[in-house]
Formats: sequence, C-alpha cells, structure tokens
Amino acid sequence: MKTYNKILILGSGALKIGEAGEFDYSGSQAIKALKEEGIKTVLVNPNIATIQTSKELADIIYFLPVNPFFVEKIIKKERPDGVFLSFGGQTALNCGIELYKKGIFKKYNIEILGSPISAIILSEDREKFSTHLKKIGVSTPPSKAATNKKDALVIANAIGYPVMIRSGFALGGQGSGIAANQKELDQMLDGAFSFVKQVLVEKYLHHFKEVEYEVVRDKDDNCVTVCNMENMDPLGIHTGESIVIAPSQTLTNAEYHKLRTISIKIVRSLKIVGECNVQFALNPKPKNGDIEYYVIELNARLSRSSALASKATGYPLAYVAAKLALFKNLTQLQNKVTKKTQFCFEPALDYVTVKLPRWDINKFKGAEETIGSSMKSVGEVMGIGRTFEEAYQKAIRMLDLDFEGAVSEIVFDEKPITKKAIKELLIHPTPKRMFVLSRALQDGFTIDQIHDLTGIDKWFLYRIKNIITIEKEISLLPKVDKDLLLLAKQNGLSDKRIGELIGKTGLEIRKIRKELHILPSVFSIDTLAGEFPAETNYLYLTYNGSHNDIKPFNKDGVIVLGSGPYRIGSSVEFDWCCVNTVWELKKHKKKSIVINCNPETVSTDYDISDRLYFEELTFERIADIYEFEQSFGIIVSVGGQTPNNRAKALNAQGFPIMGTNPKNIDKAENRSLFSALLDELHIDQPPWSSFSSIKEAVVFAEKVSFPVLIRPSYVLSGTYMHICYTKEELTDFLQKMSRVSKEYPVTVSKFIEDAKEIELDCIAQNGILKGFIISEHIENAGVHSGDASIVLPPQKIYLETFKKLKKIAQDIAKALDVSGPFNMQCLAKNNEVSVIEVNLRTSRTFPFISKVTGINFIALSVDAFFNKPVAPVRILEYNFVATKVAQFSFARLKGADPVLDVEMASTGEVACFGVDIESAFLKAELSVGGKIPKIGVFLGLGGEENKIKFLESAKRLDEMKLKLYATEQTAKFLQLHGINVKKLFKIHEKQKPNILEYFQKGKIDLAINITDRFIKKNVNDDYIIRRAAVDQNIPLFTNMQKAELFVKAISEKDPNDFPIGSWNEYVTG
Amino acid sequence: MVSAILELEDGSKINGLSFGGENSTAGEVVFSTGMMGYPESLTDPSYKGQILVLTYPIIGNYGVPERHVWESNNIQVSGLIVSQYNDTPSHFQSVQSLSQWFKKENKPLLQIKDTRYLTQKIRDKGAMLARINFKGELKWYDPNTENLVEKVSTKEIIVQIPTKESTKIILLIDCGAKRNIQNALLKRGVTVVTVPWDFDITSSVHKAKLEQTLGLEQNKKKKLIDGVIISNGPGDPIFVKQTIENIKKLLQSNIPTMGICLGHQLLSLAAGGKTKKLKYGHRSQNQPCILEGSSRCYITTQNHGFAVSEIPKGFKQWFYNANDNSNEGIHHKSKPFFSVQFHPEATPGPEDAEWLFDYFLKKL
Repeated sequence: MKTYNKILILGSGALKIGEAGEFDYSGSQAIKALKEEGIKTVLVNPNIATIQTSKELADIIYFLPVNPFFVEKIIKKERPDGVFLSFGGQTALNCGIELYKKGIFKKYNIEILGSPISAIILSEDREKFSTHLKKIGVSTPPSKAATNKKDALVIANAIGYPVMIRSGFALGGQGSGIAANQKELDQMLDGAFSFVKQVLVEKYLHHFKEVEYEVVRDKDDNCVTVCNMENMDPLGIHTGESIVIAPSQTLTNAEYHKLRTISIKIVRSLKIVGECNVQFALNPKPKNGDIEYYVIELNARLSRSSALASKATGYPLAYVAAKLALFKNLTQLQNKVTKKTQFCFEPALDYVTVKLPRWDINKFKGAEETIGSSMKSVGEVMGIGRTFEEAYQKAIRMLDLDFEGAVSEIVFDEKPITKKAIKELLIHPTPKRMFVLSRALQDGFTIDQIHDLTGIDKWFLYRIKNIITIEKEISLLPKVDKDLLLLAKQNGLSDKRIGELIGKTGLEIRKIRKELHILPSVFSIDTLAGEFPAETNYLYLTYNGSHNDIKPFNKDGVIVLGSGPYRIGSSVEFDWCCVNTVWELKKHKKKSIVINCNPETVSTDYDISDRLYFEELTFERIADIYEFEQSFGIIVSVGGQTPNNRAKALNAQGFPIMGTNPKNIDKAENRSLFSALLDELHIDQPPWSSFSSIKEAVVFAEKVSFPVLIRPSYVLSGTYMHICYTKEELTDFLQKMSRVSKEYPVTVSKFIEDAKEIELDCIAQNGILKGFIISEHIENAGVHSGDASIVLPPQKIYLETFKKLKKIAQDIAKALDVSGPFNMQCLAKNNEVSVIEVNLRTSRTFPFISKVTGINFIALSVDAFFNKPVAPVRILEYNFVATKVAQFSFARLKGADPVLDVEMASTGEVACFGVDIESAFLKAELSVGGKIPKIGVFLGLGGEENKIKFLESAKRLDEMKLKLYATEQTAKFLQLHGINVKKLFKIHEKQKPNILEYFQKGKIDLAINITDRFIKKNVNDDYIIRRAAVDQNIPLFTNMQKAELFVKAISEKDPNDFPIGSWNEYVTG
Repeated sequence: MVSAILELEDGSKINGLSFGGENSTAGEVVFSTGMMGYPESLTDPSYKGQILVLTYPIIGNYGVPERHVWESNNIQVSGLIVSQYNDTPSHFQSVQSLSQWFKKENKPLLQIKDTRYLTQKIRDKGAMLARINFKGELKWYDPNTENLVEKVSTKEIIVQIPTKESTKIILLIDCGAKRNIQNALLKRGVTVVTVPWDFDITSSVHKAKLEQTLGLEQNKKKKLIDGVIISNGPGDPIFVKQTIENIKKLLQSNIPTMGICLGHQLLSLAAGGKTKKLKYGHRSQNQPCILEGSSRCYITTQNHGFAVSEIPKGFKQWFYNANDNSNEGIHHKSKPFFSVQFHPEATPGPEDAEWLFDYFLKKL
C-alpha cells in the first residue's frame, strides 16, 4: 500500500447559507483520521473561527482563499503528495475540479484521494449524470439541460408545467425553483443564468416524498448505507429547509430496501471511495401499486446531510471516509463507539431524530419569507427521543426562539388569523409552518385536508394531533394527574408548557413532577441499539424509559453549555470556544460534559468530550442533567448568548456557576443596571432612555439630537434595531413597530456619527484585569460588530485612547468582580471613549484574537474559572496585520436589502494575515467572494459629503484604467473633478443606458453604493441597485470606509506578489 | 386501557399496555434490532415460540399490508413488545392496523416503555423464558425443548411455476420457510417444489408422491429435481432429527444443496458438524459477514439463536461474522453443498446477499 507523508485538505471558507458548520466537523474528522496515520496535514481555510484551523488539529494552516490561484501557490510551496477535496463542501470541490482541469495536481504529482474526480465531475453535470443513471437502469425525473433561456422555455413546454429548474455546480439549491407557468419560469431563468451557464429543466414531482441515503464505499467495493432520512416536507422544499427524520418513519421494508439497493448501485457505478449522499423522490400513492421513485440529487462528497447522519447515528462518517480514502477496508476500522465491533455495518437506532432548520429571514429587511427549493436557513438543531412527539418538540425548543413546543399561541397573536390565511400558509410554507400545522388542526382542518394542502404524510400529522389532544386533556383537568403528566413528558411537553396550560409556572410543575418521581432517563447512543455493550459518551434524555445507562460523574465532571443552533450572531466561533474549554478541562483534571443540540458542530463529535448530552439548552433540561450528574460546576460563558441567558435561572436553583457571579452577569445584561453602573464608575455612554410612548421618545430624540438608535424590547418576530435620522423617520418606525407599551418599552439612544468602534476582549480574575486585546473596526460605528471588518493590531488608535480603554476595562472588571472572559464594545471619537456594551462571556472575536496573538484566551479563561494563576498576557510587537471580514449570503435571500446596518446580517467570517492592512484585507475580501474588478465599476454616492470623501478613491479607480459608471449626480460631481465617468440611468427610470442593463451584460464587476441616510427618497432606487448587483453576482460595497480600503488595496497590491505564509510563519505562538 | 404483565425467568415483572389480543402466552423472549419491516419479521416462522422485543421504539407506522406480502400466512411470534405503538397507520398498502391484526390473530401486543432495558437484560443474561399474563399465571414454556419445525412446516407438497419458462426444479425443504425464498427463486425462473420438513427425496415412497404431484411430463427428465434448498426455521436444530437424516442421504448424491439459517445448521449437523446455542442470538438487519479469504463484507439479515460451532469434515468456513467471528456459512471443499447462517432472501433487511441464489442456480 502506498504511504503518504503530507496531505492537502481544502476547507469550505466562511460559513454561508448552504455551506456552514458541517464542514468544520467533516474537515476536523478528516484531519484526525490522517494524524492517526502519522500523515502531516496542510489545511487551506480562511475561516479563523473554525476548530479545524487549530494547532491541535492541522499541522500547517493557511488562512487564504480557497481558490485555484492561492491553492496552486500553496501546493508549489508545500508539495503535498495527496489531496482531499471532499471535506470542504462545494467550495473545496469546485476549487479542486478547476485545479484538476488545469492539470495542477498532475504537474506537482499529487494524488487526488477518495472518489475518482471523473465521477465527481460526472455527478456535477446534471445531464450527463442523468444519462449515466439511465444507462444503469435507475430512474431520473424527465428533464433536459439548457444553456440559454430560449431552449429552457422550449424544454419546459415539452415536459409540461409545473417544472423545476436546477442549476449545476451550486450549493444549497441556489438558483433553483419551481415554476407553475411560463411567466414564472421566465423570471427564474434570468436569475439562474446570472450564476450558472447551465440549468436543468425537470418535471416537478408534486408532493412526492423526499428520502435520502448516506452511502459509504471502500476500495474493495464494500458498501453500507449508514443512515436513511425522510423529509417530513415533500419534494419542493429543499432538504436544508425541511424537517428531516432519521430513520425514515413511513417507508415499508420494500420501499426502504429498494431505494437502499439503488443508492448502492449508483455509488458502485461511480466507484466512490468514501461517502456519498443520494436523494430520492418517492411516490406516496403510485398508480399501479409498484414502487415509483426518481433519483433527484447526489453529492459525491461530505455534505450537510452526512453531518446530520453522523450525529443521528453516532457513525463518524467523515472520519471513516478519510480512512477509506487512504485505501483502508471498512472491516479494518474499529467502531469507535462500541470499541468491539467494526465500521462495516449499518447502525441500528433505538430512538428517532428530528432535524429542524433555524431561519433568521426576518433579520433581513425585505427578504421573502416563504421557503422552497432554495436554501435560506442559517442553522439547524436535532432533537432525539423515543417518540416522534418527544424528538419533535425538543427540536422546536432547541431553536432557541422562545417556542415551547408544537403548539404556540404567540406566533399568531399579533393579529387574528383567518382560515383562508392558514390555508395560504399551508400551501406556501414559511419558517412558522410547524405552528401553522398545529393551528390548522386546532381550527378544524382535517388531517386529510392538511395532507392534501401540504403533502406531509398523515402519519406526522397524526403525531401533531396527538400533542394537541394531550394538551387539551391537561388543560381540562382540575389538578395535575400523575399518569397524564407522565404521558405529557413522554410526548415531549416541557414543564413550562404544561404550566402554561394550567396556569402554573414551569418551576411549579418541575416541583410537582419531581415529587411524583417523574424524571427523565439517560440513554446512550451506541450505534447497535443495545446489541453490544458499548463505551459511548453520546447521550440523550428521554421519558420513554425507566433506567439510566450511565452513572453520574459527580464532582469529577464539569458541564459546558454549548451554543445551540448557528444563527445570525452566534456561530462556529462559540463552538471553537466550547471545544477549547473542553480541552482545557483535561488540564484541570475534570471530566467534560457538553450539552449542545447542533448537529453541525465539532463540540458534538464523538471524541471531543467525556460526555455529550445531545440535548436542549433550556433551563429545564440543563437542570435535569445537572441534578443527575451533580457536577463540580457549570460553565455558561463560552457558548455565546444562549448559555449566558441561562445563568440567572440556574444560579437561582443554587447550581454552581463557574466564573463571574451570575448576579453580575445580569448587571451587565440589564440595560438600566448597567447604565447606572457606568455612571457610578464615571464611564461615558451615549445618552439613552426607555419609553413606553412614541411622543416621549420623539421629545428625547430631539433633546439629544438626531440620529438616534432604536432598540425595541419585543423582538420575537424580529423587529429590527434601527437608526433614525429624522423625526419623521422615528415616528414612522415606531408606528410600524405596532408595539410600544409599558410591557414592551422602546430604548432610544443617541447615535454618535463618525465614531470609531473598538472591541476589547479581556480576561479578569477575581476582579483584576489580567489581559486584554484591543481590535479596531474598519467601518465607523453604525455597522453591527458582527458585520464589521476588524483589524488587529489596531491601526488608528491613539495612545491616549488606548490608556482610557484599559482603565475602563480595569474598572468594569473590578466593579463586576469578573472571573473569566469578557468583551467590551466602545466608541472613540476625538480621544473621547464611551462604552456601548459589555458581555461577561467570550465573544465572537475570541478565536480571532487568540489565533492572531498566539495566546489561547480560552485557556486563560478556564484558569480563571478554577482560580488558578492566570498567565499575564504579553503581546510582542506584531510584524503583520490580520483582518477579519464578514461573509454575507444576500444572494440566497430573495429581496433582502444587502446594506450594512446596525442589525447583523452576515452568516460567517474569515480572517487573513498580511504585511499590512491592505494586503490582509484584500486576501480576506477575496475569501468571501470578492473579486478584483477588471472591467467596470459602478459608483452611486448619496449626498455631498460621501462624494467628497470618495473622490480620492474614484481617482485611484480611474487611474487603474477601469471604466467608471455612475448615476446622474455622482457622475456630474466626478466629471467636475476630472474623472472619466459615464452616466447611467437608474433602474426605475427605465431609460438607456441603464444600470441594470450594464449589470446584466457583464460590463460592471464592482458596485459601490453609499447612501446619505439623512436624505429621504420617494423611490428607494439605491435598494433596487444594491439588490440588482447581488442578484447579478456583482461584488458590492455599501460602506464608505470599507470601500475606500478596498479601492486602496486593489490599487496598491497585486495578489501575485503576496508571499504565501502559513499561520505558523506569521504567528509563532 | 387493558394492561398485562411481562414476567421474565429471572423474576422481573414489567407492566405493559395491551394493544393486541388479550391472550396470555409463554415462550422465550428475544430482541431484534432491525428498524424496518415489522410485518415481514412478525410472519417469519423462525420466531415460533418466541416473544419478540423490537428495539426500534416506534412501531405500527405503516400498518399491515395484505397477506400475500407477508412471509407466511400468520403472525408467528408468540407476542410482541414495543416501546411506542401508534394506532394511526399511514400507507397506501395498509389494510389494517397492527393492533387490529394482533387482535384478529389473538396474540398479545404490549407497549412497554423501556425496551432498551429489556434488551440490555437479555444481552447480559442471555435469551430467557418469559410469559405475558393477562389474568392468572400461565406455565413457563421453553420452545427449545421440542421440534418446532413440524409445527410450522407445510403439510402438503406445493408446486410453484414461474411466469418465465422454467427448465429447472428446486426442492425447498420447508422447515418454516420465509415466502421470499420461493419468490427469489421464482423470480429467477425456476420451478419451486416446497415439501414438508421430513420429506425424503431418496425414499421411493416420497419420490413417487413427488412424481405424482409434478405430473407425468416431468418423468421424462433424467433428474427429478435439480437442486435442494433447506430453509430457515425455528428452534434448536438437534430436534429436527428426520431432516438431518434425510440430508445425510442427500449428501451421498451430487445434487446441489443450499442451506439457509436453520438449514445451514441442519446441513452442518448432517455432515458431522456441531451446533451450539448463542447467548442471545443474532436478530437484526445489520450483521456484517465476511467472505472467507476475501476483503468483501456483506450486510445481512439474521434471525437465529443457534449457530454452527464445529465445521463438518470436508467443508470449510465460507463466511464469518465480523462482529463476533461466529460462523456464518460453510462450503464443501469439492461438492456443490453449501449453506449460510444469514438470509439471502432478506425481507426484512438488506438485499446484499441475494446473489447467493444466483450462485446456487449456477451450480445446477
């Protein structure tokens, strides 16, 4: 067998819709599998928040774009002898295919390990793949590929409407959709062809079931299907948007095995080595009773579904796939879970899992809420139970959106909902569809009616109906009945929900429940349904049991609360914090107990913690686990805001919270208490106040002067934070919010313009500041810190400001007696510093600052938790600059306004190193889909001030011999200053030459649109331009500082001259 | 709701909710980890005398299809234990619910929440006797002390002719055969003659009876039959003495012979090998079996409590279990005699080993 010394692994870059945390999981497992074989690993992934880009994992790490340009340079430098392309999603695969086509792998004598690249290329070309399947006797939906709009329309007419269009080489179903008629198809094709050269027009299989198989094959042709999954939602809703159940619930043996046999047949025909996902459409009511199926999708690589399947079964798919790529045979690999059997088997489950997507569509202004064949969700959770009801309701709570279960009164309480509206929502589902289903059942829709409208199998509807029936029984009973309470718990009702039904609090129900000895059982996931004794750390809780599989760790254990679902504002960075905390616990001789519910994470991997409870991060469930484990302590400050929010309630029960006292956490979280504290400490803050009437708010705003920042306290349906520049805007906004009352006050604070925003990440112990890192936002205040570009070391902070910041951090640490991590967000203007927010937990920037400085701030935090001496933080001179930039997924969210604002909208981030800020920033921008313009630049600069500010940058662009285009006012201004610029008509003006036309014709490859927020317009032409740019896949800047830096970078730097430096070479930590 | 008590040999008693016939029963309690195909499992005659615990917790989802898709004509288990029974089946093939079926056949179907605990108990202590009591106490019954095969085997000779033109005749010795063995053969275009467990092809009386059943035309053929399959079936193979004796005689000839499951054990015993009782058996749809001397592994369906412990002389190991290394098949060193412990006919379970029927037919 050939041996390898060094293997290159391509990562997936920033988290984005359709390509998220699952690839940190798969890459990390692959690296571990290689390390076991003594192979050196070289990883390319600019996503600095990932766990795979840690010293503990890859040997050599490049924070550089995963594109052929940079990867080729890395290959030239590192000279690996093998490459893994299937662990970094579509990004890695696309990059690999391009490098292969350019002959780079051949040139440097690099073997592509795993599945043959020819098979991957075949599987990516929909028409060729469909022909291939036909050849081996496998059904595919009637379809034909088209390379232009005209052909596509002809094909659609031949197949008959409705049709589905799918675009090749796309992730998460981007550019695909269902068209009921020619008009709809016409529109859809415009969008699709701006991203891809080919689309597939396909017969739409209305209300077919969607079923997936995860297949593993080794070089000796051994095949196993690790998991099958059934989408509760029928075909037409992307699997990433679907409620997914593993194993399938409504398939007979004949159906299950027919599809299993076919999926293996396909995998064998492609000679896959490793992992492959096959998706089927299955007719639930075949005309002649024979099984009617079609293959609808195949991923010849690790995918989101494979991450889910891994977590659903306990079978580490990515690890196994990596071993198989090294020519191992499945029977040679020992099952890591049982440690007795081996991996050549198919897991048997004695539980059911339900995956729910987490959406944040309402965070995006203007975005369409309906869900369909394109992916919009930003994260996911997985509930495990022994009844469907238990797993499903767990999953709903895991979403962390304040829903207690399948039935929710709060979803529809804003306005009464008519039967007609319910019907509409059943036909066109939105993220609220779980609650629409229960509401429809309550409102008298029959199971048959709902089934006909939604295509959801009746079995699932019966289960939801069962929940409603149990809720009704509870609400009708005068006092809590033991049998009924047990039944409710077996069907996944939370204590709080039971309390809501009978007018008690969750804590009261908890007390009654414990008195009645109704407690959950701790069950392990052992891959073999108990057939063999297993030494597994993978656990869940169920009321459908009467024993515990394990004994508590007691004081040897420490509970670490994970981050829950990835969402806008909380993502892989907190998983990095959790995993590092777990690693650190070993040093303190404690056993780690992780609670998390997100199948995309590394913290939920089989070999990370001593114990993993794949469970809800609700108070009830954390309390259950703590009371069972009787742990030494609970760590709430490394998993982001969700665990932080639980601190108070857990502390109230007397549970030991490690680190800062939860009373002080509350002081920082509660706006009034915190404000009073700042006043006490003589620390400046922007003036603010809370109001329960619009009139008072306006009076205050006029007193402190506009602009003002508005924060509603009622955020269930995602009412935004917003900056108002005028009285009219404020009144208008508050009126639209509909809810300003004593119960839901609104907070108004002075918005300081042109201020610098600064982040401080700090460690303190017993109130003494032990270390802090200051990083600086490139954008001025007004852009959410999660969307802002951050630079370290700071470039423009005065010594005076620096000193002030340190003093503030010291004072706050002391006043709140902080032990552990904390993060401060500050504003600086003219050497005046004010504080806008303090969080007594790790922040989004923790992995960034840790990796840039080479100092692991989690290690320091954990030392502080255990009251062990915290090593003083000493930063040597930086001889480089690191820049973190955000990744946006606007293209996937139809209608969303792609503008940087106070509300966070990015889905991920990257960070790159360079000799100066320009090169670091340019690399980072190239990593998130940015391109250096070669053809033309569109400029739309609102207001006089923006025009003047941007003048120098415009000159630079002009000097670069780029064609410049602008709207009327901007063009006039630039021409006046001697810049060559062509005037284009605005889109809504419908005159030629028009911006849209130039976008569509590919004459523009960079758009800069900066608005003056003081100017109010009747037609929001800026929004139309921004949206058109995103829809045409044109890089867009909407922020002055960021745009200026980008222009400076592209005018001064040439990527060809960038030295290719690994992390180790920049940071010798 | 009616409840009943599941009592185990070790003294433990567990209360369960009844969804089936309220008919007390006794037998051996075993567990199966297969997730798919409860109608197929429940009608597998190999379960005769056994109370089955399904480890997959949610059962009844797709109801019960028409009889012709079952593996035999009746529910074969003595009783069924599930964690969560849902009486709301949803499938176009379903004609009745699982509960209705059990009531109709007057067999107990109990819901006991902690089936994982039951499974762990059986795994740690071994398959044990059990009884389901509705009222009073039934006597213990150990199915492994008698010949169960005669209870499930056909009484008549049954001839099945495939839709394709057939030239070969396979004799299927029915020790409790699953219907899909017949189907798998018919699909491959051979005539299947199913005979009772004690049918002796070498006896002139039996032969004459067979000739009579097959009709005159078949007499013209040189060979009366082209091959023999010894089917799966329930219980301890040592009680199936007559079949073992008949196979001994069969082995004197050169007629290709394949054993499946119990048939594998019977062939082994007839050839001079030995069998033993496994602690808790193999009952699942995910058993990995390695083809001896190769790097190929097959995922197989299994349902057996006994195994071949000593390979007979003249035979070599053909397959072995990748989990516990137990024997999964034997093959004669020179003659077309071979057998497997697993189920190439699947149903329920993976179809990976179906190629064995082709292998067998090639030997004819």
